[in-house]
Amino acid sequence: MNREKQIKIFILCIFAMILVVMASLSFGARKIGFTDVITALVGTETDTLVSRIVQERIPRTIFSIVAGSALAVSGAIMQTITRNPISDPSILGVNTGASLAVVAGIAWFQINTYTQYIFVAVIGAFAAAIFVYGIASLGYGGITPVKLALSGAATSAALSSMVSAVMLPRTEVMNAFRFWQVGSVSGAEWKGMLLLLPIVLIAFLIVVCMIPSLNMISLGDETAKGLGVNVNFVRGVAAFAGVILCGSVTALAGPIGFVGLMIPHIVRMLFGSDMKYMIPFSAVGGAILLTGSDVIGRMIGSPGELEVGVVTALIGAPVLIAIVRKSKGK
Amino acid sequence: MKTMKDIVWYNLYLKRRRREIFVNVILFILTMLLAVCMLSLGNTVYTPDVVWRVFQGEILEGATFAVYTLRFPRMLAGTIAGIAFGIAGNNFQMILRNPLASPDMIGITSGASASAVFCILILGMSGGIVSFAAIAGGLIVAAGIYLMTERGHFSGGRLILIGIGVQAVMNAIISYLLLKASQYDIPGAMRWLSGSLNGVKLSEIPPFLSVLILAGSIPMILTRQIKILELGEEHTITLGVRINLVRGLLLGSSVILIACATAVTGPISFVAFLSGPIARRLVGAGNTAVIASGMTGAILVLLSDLIGQMAFSTRYPVGVITGILGAPYLLFLLIQMNKKGNA
Repeated sequence: MNREKQIKIFILCIFAMILVVMASLSFGARKIGFTDVITALVGTETDTLVSRIVQERIPRTIFSIVAGSALAVSGAIMQTITRNPISDPSILGVNTGASLAVVAGIAWFQINTYTQYIFVAVIGAFAAAIFVYGIASLGYGGITPVKLALSGAATSAALSSMVSAVMLPRTEVMNAFRFWQVGSVSGAEWKGMLLLLPIVLIAFLIVVCMIPSLNMISLGDETAKGLGVNVNFVRGVAAFAGVILCGSVTALAGPIGFVGLMIPHIVRMLFGSDMKYMIPFSAVGGAILLTGSDVIGRMIGSPGELEVGVVTALIGAPVLIAIVRKSKGK
Repeated sequence: MKTMKDIVWYNLYLKRRRREIFVNVILFILTMLLAVCMLSLGNTVYTPDVVWRVFQGEILEGATFAVYTLRFPRMLAGTIAGIAFGIAGNNFQMILRNPLASPDMIGITSGASASAVFCILILGMSGGIVSFAAIAGGLIVAAGIYLMTERGHFSGGRLILIGIGVQAVMNAIISYLLLKASQYDIPGAMRWLSGSLNGVKLSEIPPFLSVLILAGSIPMILTRQIKILELGEEHTITLGVRINLVRGLLLGSSVILIACATAVTGPISFVAFLSGPIARRLVGAGNTAVIASGMTGAILVLLSDLIGQMAFSTRYPVGVITGILGAPYLLFLLIQMNKKGNA
């Protein structure tokens, strides 16, 4: 990977980012031209209909950027620490766990602030992650992709039945919260974001500090130990950060799958598995993917909109299939 | 001349046969009991005596409508779908030699469901043609998964992973279709995402039943070959079973069963997954569990539907209950399998 190509890809990413952000601001029930979007953003008139609409779309766009990068980084961490190519918060059932925790919290413990949502979701995500990982690691052979995927898929199916069971009797109350079954970024608000942003930033910071140790872990536990890395500690802290990232996003957006699966793979194909590139480019790629998927969902679902979780599954599952086909044997 | 050893073997064989028959009889009685419960329990509880009189043709105020028009089709659909899911799930698990490789985990059920939803909501079809579309959808998805897996040597693990991916795509397509048809009310969506017996009509039952009898008889006829298949591929060939033909027949009939049941009730979660392992455990090693797994499926569906209707203040569709009931057993199964290390 030479410097020149890296810079090219970097510029391409910035370009793609601007494109999806513009698209996210301009597409919707009422389509607004790019020029109008720019005038609405930089112009002084804030009272026209067009600028009002654009302003309404800003939180959603920012939210999908934050959520996308958080999910992708979370996936990258999980793939590294489990050394398993198909680890992803949704495949591991972590997102569904977070969802169930929030829904149960709303139904039985009357939680109603964003702080509580995020707190409960992170606990749920942890429980699900530990549970699935535990089941998959039972027996000899340790954790294989198949065992992990099956444990996750099965746990996820059972948990989403429970989400339905909690939600069905409360349809009126829950209608606004339907995104806890299929993830969506449509409910984004400034208030929730102000809370999400510091959490995500702190988790990112932790991850960035861990980059050298994570790189060594990807060489193998023995080698990492030999190089003086406290493997269990690094793994634990990294897993903590990863689960916080996907759990807190799920608290506000519901379970969005496959972002954490696809992006790290694409980044690995371009840059190799050096975490120095993996983490930042996953963050950017995740943001582009989720914002883009949200735009696609609004386009093909119009006049309504298709939840972004459905779009990412439509795009992401074929990628999963391709990854599985590429990996030989297992 | 019979040696001592032969006699011992023969007695063991008889013992196993007796166990198989005993288990099947018990399962049959349970199914019947649950079926009667389905008919007599509900908002108004009717005694079996009243239910009997309704079926004699007596017109009773209220009872005839409740029992014959509402509960009878529901009970039949639940029983038939349960049998179909159970038999098909067991066949898949046996042929793919993996208790987790049931059609509802690897996307075939969702494929049939997606196809049925497409025909009903987008093309406005109804009746038998939907079942055909569901069968076609199920077969296409099954063939697709198989073709994607086939690369060099056959690998069960890869098939399962690809199936999980296909499952996600199919569920996304169903969500999309439900949204597009702007009928995204929660009950309707539940039916096609996790299965429900609500609103089944009596007119849907006869074609469904005939498919069950036709496709369900194939594994029954092939019982002997199935027993040999369980011994492993090499033995099968030596013992003169045409392995590809038998496999093809079994998988084909299973997909038809699954697809037809899905077209009527939606993909009732976990039934295909759970019936086979439970039934095999009940009948014990060395016996085929075709009939037993069918009846286990029916019991699971009827029992879950009764729980969903009676146990809570809200009426839950059967799929939500099977999903929740299935979870603990599933975990147990995964732990068991992982201990043996054959996942």
